[in-house]
Amino acid sequence: MGANGIMLSIENLTIAYGNIKAVDNISLEVNEGEIVTLIGANGAGKSSTLRAISGIVPYSGRIRYRQEDLRGVAAHRIVAMGMAQVPEGRGIFGNLTVMENLKLATWQRKDKGDIPKDYERAFGIFPQLQKRRDQLGGTLSGGEQQMLAVARALMSRSSMMLLDEPSMGLAPMLVRDIFQVLCDINRAGTTILLVEQNAHMALSIAARAYVLETGRIILSGPGKELLGDSRVREAYLGVDA
Amino acid sequence: MTYVLQQLLNALQVGSIYALIALGYTMVYGILTMINFAHGDLFMVGAFLCFVAAVTFNLPFVPVLLLSMIGVAFLGVVIERFAYKPLRQAPRVSAIITALGVGLFLENFTLALNPYPKQIPQLLENTTWTFSGLSVSSLQVFVIILSLVLMWILDLIVRRTMVGMAMRAISWDKTVAPLLGVPVNMIISVTFAIGTSLGGAAGVMYALAYPVIDPYMGIMVGWKAFIAAVVGGIGNIRGAMIGGYILGAVEIMVVAFMPSTYRDFIAFVLLLVLLIFRPYGILGKPHPQKV
Ligand SMILES: Nc1ncnc2c1ncn2[C@@H]1O[C@H](COP(=O)(O)OP(=O)(O)OP(=O)(O)O)[C@@H](O)[C@H]1O
Ligand SMILES: [Mg+2]
Repeated sequence: MGANGIMLSIENLTIAYGNIKAVDNISLEVNEGEIVTLIGANGAGKSSTLRAISGIVPYSGRIRYRQEDLRGVAAHRIVAMGMAQVPEGRGIFGNLTVMENLKLATWQRKDKGDIPKDYERAFGIFPQLQKRRDQLGGTLSGGEQQMLAVARALMSRSSMMLLDEPSMGLAPMLVRDIFQVLCDINRAGTTILLVEQNAHMALSIAARAYVLETGRIILSGPGKELLGDSRVREAYLGVDA
Repeated sequence: MTYVLQQLLNALQVGSIYALIALGYTMVYGILTMINFAHGDLFMVGAFLCFVAAVTFNLPFVPVLLLSMIGVAFLGVVIERFAYKPLRQAPRVSAIITALGVGLFLENFTLALNPYPKQIPQLLENTTWTFSGLSVSSLQVFVIILSLVLMWILDLIVRRTMVGMAMRAISWDKTVAPLLGVPVNMIISVTFAIGTSLGGAAGVMYALAYPVIDPYMGIMVGWKAFIAAVVGGIGNIRGAMIGGYILGAVEIMVVAFMPSTYRDFIAFVLLLVLLIFRPYGILGKPHPQKV
């Protein structure tokens, strides 16, 4: 891999919607093989950051993936370069079957021959989905939709996965399962940038973390370290420091 | 009895043409939630391309059909790319006005080149068979079968291919599709190409059945096909097909039993009544709109 094994580097990223600055001059890095988390409260700018990385909102600053500047690269080309996103709210196509949702994510793949093997892998991780393969996405439960969203990202065989609040709206049991899957996927070689409000879970699996507050990074460091940080405990873990 | 059968056959023929045009409206609406009000005029251009191919280039039917379909598809893609795409984020009314303007441009451009109505030569041999009073023309049968074949192909594309899957996905949620690697602009272009090419095919078939064509022929036919699409449930492909045939049937039945000047009036009233009871059309569903 490239210099220092940096997979994704963001320098001086600023995102504005009209006059509202959603993200204000942030910089961050994700190394190859890492799980990095970006935590913050509602409206901090987490989703905006992921949207900029995936090329679906305009921004200023520089975003590089494997040394390549992503400015002006179309969103579907970024997927072809190996970066997939599980968007906020899961983004399941309710009018497509489970199988079709998965298949669509293989659009950019060149190795069409390996796709059947990857369906098996996805169904191995999420056996519930296999039973529902011909059911419309819109008829799945929230938890199943989240599984499908992760499985879909797996089908793109990307080397880097961006996840936007995969724990949102799920029962604690299911959150643990999903996070376990993320750890497994990571161990199998996928680099992960995880956006979460569930700071406790995110910090406990992340190698490094960034804390975003109203568009600025106010804190960063190893996940375990931030778990013990008094400011983090107070603001994001609901613990009196 | 034979009278009813006779009218039913006529209804199938007219309905096929409405259905093909209605598909163009519904496909574009499905993917962009926009009504392409120039679509009726693209149908008209299809008829004129049929004239050019048949008279100027003296081509036989199959190349005439293909040339018209490809020509109209190309025009449709160019219109989308240069007139509609820049307005995707603009208020909806801008896109509507632009579409109406494109339609007027097509009408007047065609008028400038063709100040007088044109007569389409007979491209296909037309035999009429008679079965105990029921007269069936081969042209009629041909129009119906060709339309059904085109619709069957479209249905296969939409249901069975990756491109069709992408069209359905984009119609559900445009922002997520690119995150999965789907080239959204390309799929929108393909949708315009397919939808408008069906309008072009309808133009050719209309020209065969009613061989005098003029630059304004697309206005009324276009409105009716649009209404057929709404009746079927705008955005729903099978709905557009059903809507086209229903409109054809209503029209023909009105003419069969009432003075023919009542035709459009009664047809439109019936459709309005249907929409009161089924505001989303026959197969349409209120779609969970994402903002
Ligand atoms: N399309 C938009 N137009 C205008 N403002 C927007 C838009 N999207 C986001 N914002 C604003 O930008 C800010 C950051 O939003 P963003 O969605 O990135 O936050 P977030 O950290 O993901 O929040 P949450 O945890 O609630 O998902 C918010 O103040 C939001 O209101
Ligand atoms: Mg968010």
